[in-house]
Amino acid sequence: MGKLLRRTFLIGSAAVAGGVAVGFYMYQKPYPNPLTGDAATGESVLNPFVKISADSSVTIIVPRAEMGQGVVTTLAALVAEELDVELADVKTEFAPAASVYYNRAMMEEGAPFPAFDNSFLAEMTRDIQGVVAKFLALQATGGSSSIIDAFDRMRTAGAAARAILIAAAADKWQAAAASLKTENGKVVDPALGRSASYGELVAAAAGQEVPETVTLKDPAGWRYLGKSQPRLDMRDKVTGKAEFGVDVRLPDMLFATVRMNPRQGARMTAMDASAAEKVPGVVKVINLGTGYAVVADNTWTAFKAADLVTPEWDKASYPETTEAVFAEIDAALKAGGGFNMRDDGDAPDAIAAASGQAISARYTAPYLAHATMEPMNATAQWRDGKLTVWSGNQAPSSIVTQAASVFDLWASDVTVHSTYLGGGFGRRFETDFSILAARVAKETDGKPVQVTWTREEDMRHDMYRPGAICEATAVVDGEGVPSVQLTTASQSPIASTFGRLAGMINPPGNDRTIVDGLWDQPYALANYRVTGIPVDMDIPVGFWRAVGHSHNPFFHESFMDEIAHASGQDPLEMRLKLMQPYPAAVACVQAVKDMSGWGTPLAADGVKSRGRGVAFCLSFGTWVAQVVQVADTDDGIRIEKVWCAADFGTALDPKNLEGQMMSGIIFGLSAAMGQEITFADGAVEQGNFDAYDAMRMNQTPDIQVRVLQASGKMGGAGEPGTPPSLPALANAIFAATGKRIRQLPLSKEITFA
Amino acid sequence: MDIKINGKTVAIEADPEMPLLWALRDIAGLTGTKFGCGIAMCGACTVLIDGEPTRSCSIALEDVSGEVTTVEALQGDNGALHAVQEAWIEQQVAQCGYCQSGQIMSAVALLASNPSPTDADIDDAMSGNLCRCGTYPRIRAAIHMAARKLAGA
Repeated sequence: MGKLLRRTFLIGSAAVAGGVAVGFYMYQKPYPNPLTGDAATGESVLNPFVKISADSSVTIIVPRAEMGQGVVTTLAALVAEELDVELADVKTEFAPAASVYYNRAMMEEGAPFPAFDNSFLAEMTRDIQGVVAKFLALQATGGSSSIIDAFDRMRTAGAAARAILIAAAADKWQAAAASLKTENGKVVDPALGRSASYGELVAAAAGQEVPETVTLKDPAGWRYLGKSQPRLDMRDKVTGKAEFGVDVRLPDMLFATVRMNPRQGARMTAMDASAAEKVPGVVKVINLGTGYAVVADNTWTAFKAADLVTPEWDKASYPETTEAVFAEIDAALKAGGGFNMRDDGDAPDAIAAASGQAISARYTAPYLAHATMEPMNATAQWRDGKLTVWSGNQAPSSIVTQAASVFDLWASDVTVHSTYLGGGFGRRFETDFSILAARVAKETDGKPVQVTWTREEDMRHDMYRPGAICEATAVVDGEGVPSVQLTTASQSPIASTFGRLAGMINPPGNDRTIVDGLWDQPYALANYRVTGIPVDMDIPVGFWRAVGHSHNPFFHESFMDEIAHASGQDPLEMRLKLMQPYPAAVACVQAVKDMSGWGTPLAADGVKSRGRGVAFCLSFGTWVAQVVQVADTDDGIRIEKVWCAADFGTALDPKNLEGQMMSGIIFGLSAAMGQEITFADGAVEQGNFDAYDAMRMNQTPDIQVRVLQASGKMGGAGEPGTPPSLPALANAIFAATGKRIRQLPLSKEITFA
Repeated sequence: MDIKINGKTVAIEADPEMPLLWALRDIAGLTGTKFGCGIAMCGACTVLIDGEPTRSCSIALEDVSGEVTTVEALQGDNGALHAVQEAWIEQQVAQCGYCQSGQIMSAVALLASNPSPTDADIDDAMSGNLCRCGTYPRIRAAIHMAARKLAGA
């Protein structure tokens, strides 16, 4: 608490709209409360996160994107816990784009220190990253950071609101605030048996001084936190009422679609739209420079007419085929250089000294699309020179920044309404779909227009998980401890992303997104070198669920498996041995050992063989071990079971965390089994789920998850389930079949049932 | 063109070739049914036509001869949820939620024709419905739970 209270203070309140507004600010420079301008009559804005009406209904403002990870429910629970109201009754609203909602934890995760490093330098650098986040005021959802960021802030918002309600009651009753308590939406005076609902008190709370410090509840007394809560968004999501970006409906709204140059970023040199313009229902065809839009009175007409336009596309500025792209990556790898992100001892020397004994492997991972269930879309409207955008997005503040830059506007002239996201996985961190809608809306005479991409447009205009090649070498000493050297080459997700987003700066230091998952793992090896080599190409790449941790753990953990087998060690026992200094890692590996019955013989009844594979990854502050069990059948490899143990430090909602692990595992296994984006003639070849599929119900294994909370530091949930799943599957296939597959997707070498 | 949707006859003025999905979403104002792929590969647009699960993105208005039921009509007039929806809530199935209207319609159709499906039956009926959040384990559990609820009703 001490650290929190020094950083956090609350300043005096002011009356607005017949109610109360209390600033709640981080550091010493206040951001304006964005809610005070449009509070409804009878509604009081207690701080940027809490509104209470005269009828006592409570609305909690959610400044993060709900893309399935359950953030709405847990953020509301953090406030409700301290405010002392019924969680099931609170309403939630997505926050407008405003500085006060910046995400500190996401930037801290970007600091160049592994999560297990709690040294002074590491902590200080994380603090500086947090300050950078504040100056950028980056209101974004990513890096599995929402709950880490919100844990203190949202609880403090609830506690601060509760404090002024108590102060208002104390004034009203001429009682000492310390003698009053709260009870589920009411302030009560136990001594005299009187009570007042929050609704009765909000108006009287005007002018109340907010205490400089608030005391947060002892976790032992938590009513909601630490316990599984029913998701607040569940009912709307099973009745079809939840509003996604594509569901926005406005008066006089037009519907449109876009077709951009499939050679991404290149120009459209000519266009014949005459046939499209004749289609009944088409309003207009717009030349966007690098593509075109068709505006119509419904989406299908726009799709159909877009097919009738004949564009001429300029050439790509990057290599035109998958082979040429990977030749470029390979050339960068061979040219060497790059940066050493980890360099313990002298791995090259140790490997050279044991000449001829070295274990070597070369791994590759493909480019991947996000393929969210909801294709990219946004709705936009221009009125009186001001822009309003409705979209499911992970970074409303970036949309404001980008729109202000593209259209030469003041940030205050851009309004962003965020809806639910039909999947994000990093794709909706980008602003492209929102800005395109704004460009189309420029041409619709003030009418709102919803711009929906076809699935093909979505898959062929992504910011992909970059392809990568990793070369790995090791020697093992007499104690079974390896010296390891890993060199990986890929495009940089963060450099590509930040290059697209105006007004954003690269985090300082080496580029973690190239080497994450290789350099930051809790293995105690005397000689351990990890080198990252950035590859400069124009293919847009970005944040794909777990980012660098999506492919590098496949390299790292497949290689650890190879080392274990080559040196006659059990792969799981070798990990336990090498992770001894890191108890959280050991506990996770031990847990999956117990859960999976590791080491006990597997019957091969009705199948050719069975095998188990293990993998571990520490990512986004969460420690995760997984064991996958496969069967080799006449129809191919069947994934039968997955056991997962994850240490989140603090587990605020265990059932939701279990769901996030299952989700991350299925996402990773989907990629491992068959996903690959390839290029021909400068364009992405895959367009739809027939060519780029994901795991289906009939392929889904039984998944058991154990939630641990002993690491001592809160970790994230949205991404950490994915990283170990890919190598655990590859290692299980090796155990079952003896076939070591070093390239993704595994379907290049094996069939899945 | 008159289409019977959720118990009402709705006059749809549109190209007869327009897929039912877009008539529901952009003309009839029923946005619970989702667009995912446009080629019947993902199941997000699943509705019932005379009780049969149908990918509404791939059937033209002129080919719709039966009564269309969408997710909006699963609740009873008194607002009571369908047993499948209740089971979805109790199992906490949905994550992003975008595919769930289609998943639920497929599950409703399965249970209408097979009141106590096996895991293999669920695989057969549900594998056309993609979920990128990977909610399949809970969908499976919710279908079994809904089957028990319907049997008890």
